[in-house]
Amino acid sequence: MDVIGYRRIVPGTQPEYLHPAYASSVKRAPGRKLVLLPQTLSEVTGPVFGHDRVGPDDNDLTKGHDGAPIGERIIVTGRVLDGDGRPVPHTLVELWQCNATGRYRHDNDQHDAPLDPNFTGAGRAITDADGIYTFTTIKPGAYPWRNHHNAWRPQHLHFSLFGPSFMTRLVTQMYFPGDPLLPLDPIFNCVTDARARERMICSFDIDATVPEFALGYRFDIVLRGRDATPMEA
Amino acid sequence: MAKLTPTPSQTVGPFFALGLTWLDTVDLAAGAAAGERIVITGRVLDADGAPIPDAMLEVWQADAHGRYAHAEDTQDKPKDKVFAGFGRIATNKDGVFRFTTIKPGAVPGPGNSLQAPHIVVALFMRGMLRHLYTRIYFSDEAGANDADPVLALIEEARRATLVATRADGAAEYRWDIAMRGDAETVFFDC
Repeated sequence: MDVIGYRRIVPGTQPEYLHPAYASSVKRAPGRKLVLLPQTLSEVTGPVFGHDRVGPDDNDLTKGHDGAPIGERIIVTGRVLDGDGRPVPHTLVELWQCNATGRYRHDNDQHDAPLDPNFTGAGRAITDADGIYTFTTIKPGAYPWRNHHNAWRPQHLHFSLFGPSFMTRLVTQMYFPGDPLLPLDPIFNCVTDARARERMICSFDIDATVPEFALGYRFDIVLRGRDATPMEA
Repeated sequence: MAKLTPTPSQTVGPFFALGLTWLDTVDLAAGAAAGERIVITGRVLDADGAPIPDAMLEVWQADAHGRYAHAEDTQDKPKDKVFAGFGRIATNKDGVFRFTTIKPGAVPGPGNSLQAPHIVVALFMRGMLRHLYTRIYFSDEAGANDADPVLALIEEARRATLVATRADGAAEYRWDIAMRGDAETVFFDC
């Protein structure tokens, strides 16, 4: 059976596995060249998660606790697009983040900043028929990490997406425009192609801003595109 | 239409459990799925052979008939309506993962070829900026493995890194992932 595959990565537009500036990559990157694999039915299929998996308030990280979380409330919205600019409807988007002080609700986060009893930091959404998702949350804080002397992560949200196949799986991070930590961050700068790198920075959007409530940010996410014709056997 | 550059991948970081655990699936066989129930377990090891406690596997596989729960699998085969074929499994503090599933059937490969039963794996961890793809095959499918068009792409000495070893007298397989070293697991550029 011949299948229509997903386009190969253009060098520089995605990170390499070994990126010495990110110290943890050194012992966790493969040493050998990856084996080139023509995609088969196993690759171009993948799990599908429907609306039944996500509750109505799962995209609002400010809800679900006794009170409102501390911090600047924001709305993050955007479209999930395929590699040809078409919307990807009804696909799962997972989100996690630290709180406004820069602390994650996770046992291994030892940063000396307070937890917020009214903030967990996890949400999920399913895109609508036009590929649009929306989250309401709190702007995350920057926080130190021990990668190098005086290392700080820029403010970011973690995103996880599936898309239509196992080849479109994507875990990424969304950054904020103008963050002075961006030029210093080895994780953000692991992508050498500047235009690809800038895809990870959201934009302020007055149209997504809700009066008297929250600033809005737009973050469109592009999944891997597809070939036009079946792979050669 | 203009081709868009995909959004770059970034690491899941150390705290991914916060956002991803809700979808953990360590028993893919739950329910009435047809086929042989099997367990697959192993460790994820770094370049020094040290266990990786903050990794996550996602697995994707066909049902016992060799059919995927996906609209693009149009094979004329029976379909197990209960079996979804997806698992998400984190490693524990010792770098160990373990999941229960149904042994998949054979699925078509390129042209008229047939692929040996296998599970597709996406591997995520702190320190990894883009997930890696690999595959699990089965030691008790030696004949099918010898004819598999994907294993045939790999130099012979490294093929064993993709073959899970069946325990004597139990439906349990052992399969380790080594990021480097003599037993470095084969990862795919796909």
